[in-house]
Amino acid sequence: MAWHTVFPLLPPVLLAMCWPRPSPPSLMMGERSHAGDFSYVGIDAILEQMRRKAMKQGFELNIMVVGQSGLGKSTLMNTLFKSKVSRKSAQPNPEEKIPQTIEIKSISHDIEEKGVRMKLAVIDTPGFGDQINNENCWQPIMKFINDQYEAYLQEEINIDRKKRIPDSRVHCCIYFIPPTGHCLRPLDVEFMRRLSKVVNIVPVIAKADTLTLEERDDFKQTIREELRANGIDVYPQKEFDEDAEDRLINDKIREMIPFAVVGSDQEYQVNGKKILGRKTKWGTIEVENIAHCEFAYLRDLLIRTHMQNIKDITGSIHYEMYRVRRLNESNAGPGLAPGQAPTLVSAHTNGQTKVNGGPPNGMAAQCEVLTHEM
Amino acid sequence: MPQRQVSRFVNRGTDPSRSLSLSGHVGFDSLPDQLVNKSTCQGFCFNILCIGETGIGKSTLMDTLFNTNFENFEASHFEPQVKLRAQTYDLQESNVRLRLTVVNTVGFGDQMNKQESYQPVVDYIDRQFESYLQEELKIKRSLHSYHDSRVHACLYFISPTGHSLKSLDLVTMKKLDSKVNIIPVIAKADTISKSELHKFKIKIMSELVSNGVQIYQFPLDDETVAQVNTAMNGLLPFAVVGSTEEVSVGNKMVKARQYPWGVVQVENETHCDFVKLREMLICVNMEDLREQTHTAHYELYRRCKLEEMGFKDTDPESKPVSLQETYEAKRQEFLLELQKREEEMRQMFVQRVKEKESELKDSERELQNRFEQLKRLHADEKAALEEKRRLLEDDQSSFGKRRAAAQLLAAQNLTSNGKKDKDRKK
Repeated sequence: MAWHTVFPLLPPVLLAMCWPRPSPPSLMMGERSHAGDFSYVGIDAILEQMRRKAMKQGFELNIMVVGQSGLGKSTLMNTLFKSKVSRKSAQPNPEEKIPQTIEIKSISHDIEEKGVRMKLAVIDTPGFGDQINNENCWQPIMKFINDQYEAYLQEEINIDRKKRIPDSRVHCCIYFIPPTGHCLRPLDVEFMRRLSKVVNIVPVIAKADTLTLEERDDFKQTIREELRANGIDVYPQKEFDEDAEDRLINDKIREMIPFAVVGSDQEYQVNGKKILGRKTKWGTIEVENIAHCEFAYLRDLLIRTHMQNIKDITGSIHYEMYRVRRLNESNAGPGLAPGQAPTLVSAHTNGQTKVNGGPPNGMAAQCEVLTHEM
Repeated sequence: MPQRQVSRFVNRGTDPSRSLSLSGHVGFDSLPDQLVNKSTCQGFCFNILCIGETGIGKSTLMDTLFNTNFENFEASHFEPQVKLRAQTYDLQESNVRLRLTVVNTVGFGDQMNKQESYQPVVDYIDRQFESYLQEELKIKRSLHSYHDSRVHACLYFISPTGHSLKSLDLVTMKKLDSKVNIIPVIAKADTISKSELHKFKIKIMSELVSNGVQIYQFPLDDETVAQVNTAMNGLLPFAVVGSTEEVSVGNKMVKARQYPWGVVQVENETHCDFVKLREMLICVNMEDLREQTHTAHYELYRRCKLEEMGFKDTDPESKPVSLQETYEAKRQEFLLELQKREEEMRQMFVQRVKEKESELKDSERELQNRFEQLKRLHADEKAALEEKRRLLEDDQSSFGKRRAAAQLLAAQNLTSNGKKDKDRKK
């Protein structure tokens, strides 16, 4: 090959002899070449190896949906994952009553697309915000999230631990805001304020087909201001932007949150195509049409572009914060006996996890409350 | 009574997952791409340890493998002990950044007494595991930006004697096989002919098997590479030749070694197994090497280390014991022991002080006695002297008296004699 004489030796360049320095100064890019080539080493084959391993292992994702009943949470989940992932579809119950207390129900699904296998867990919270007295309604949810962190931590500090620790941590929490058109309610503010510190929150405006475009924009503006005024940091958080490129992309997203979504799992014919939508007397609302609602943006954010980032932030920031707090707590004093810490001892033995039901005694209850409050 | 909201938790873990089929394109097939992108931004890290005698060609092979000049200098043969030299480099190929650390042994096999030769290597590997473990156990940790220095692959260079493995090789490999992925290579393979090489390889592998040395086997669980890996597993150990010099063969410049009887081309598969080594080590199994190091070797080290420190997963009643409790218990123990030691030391100190005090008192008393003795002695002497003085004075006074008496007598005599003379003259 004649070009060998033109480019005498183009090796992957030795950049610097460094000892551990964070970022290397890059001088020259090696040739993107193929096997049999003079200067090809094959380091970039590691990307392919990594991809193969990831595909073999499969992925895990845990999404929690929070909102009052009737806001369309289950429908939205079904629309997002284009299959019956919601609790209602899994456990059909014709007489759906509003539960007396908040329940937390998690259903796992195995889905596959183009060879990529994913274990999706949808965590539903029926009963949230439905009682007359909604004070402390975030507590069970916070406890659940912390319990997942705790289970992961316990497995991680085991001496004999599994090769791949099963990840049940809540990666993303979608919070449904009712489309009042005015502003956030105290319940919304309180919940998001507390939970944005432990989990990634993605607020969405539910049933957005009741708002006109202007109303929608005003509502979104108000919500954004209120979030800022209350110091609530929703996903994508400003402080976790990695570089300028990231910040640019995330700024665009931050301009658009909360997404105004409409969910539907029924297909209709529009212009000869079958699409998901809601059919009404005055027209058909197309779910995936960005002129109608912002579902497509939400789906792209959650699934197509930022899913790995969401999982990373959960794993490296929220979980680490929990871990720091927890390890400091047990060093702090002899007061924290094993029973009071949210350790799921039973989880080790039989795989079933049951929360210690009922308020044990005043002291323990207070301690529990303290460990879950911010 | 305040209504406290109790959450009921429907069983989760034991519920089998439902398999669902999707009715449209959701889009999470881009997940592997997202993962790969993130890793590309972060960069990769790979650490190779080269063990072999001085002059066997470790540095040259590394240069050839990674197509760069790592600027190594020749080591002397007179090192009193085996040392390890680690150097880190940043390489980049297309958009992949690799932080490569090459650790070479210096002076391996040169000593007269090679019994402890393997120890510095084992210590180095353990040190890397230890620092990772320390980072993992920290409260505020940053595992994602931590520079992973654990050894991922160990290339063991076998001398091309053509007969069998040396006992040093066997001993060293046996010590290392549970700590690191060992890939044996036959160095300077251009000194062995093809038939000899075949026999040599069989001999080596049978010796390794009979001695229970577990070398790294290329993984067979992934269908895409299982076939290639099985074939390569049968060709271990690879016979390699390294060279950074170029020789023109035909109309190409290739890496080769030039002899009067011919040219050994490094990248020619009929001449040596270098290309296979590069394939296996870098192109096909680099990620698996890293994974094995993390999930098998590092976990083993961690388990042993923690058990050594006294942590257990289950206490005698086989109830799960959390690390926190054990740590607390140990801390209390340690504090108690510290207190005890402090007490002991304090007591010892007090005792010593007492002893010293009594000693000093004794000597004080002794001094006092001596002083008094001396005083008495002096008094006695003084008395004696006084006595002598008195005698002397007495003597003096009596002598004086006698002198005076004698003078008087003499004077009287003189006057009486004078009178007598006058009397006679008349």
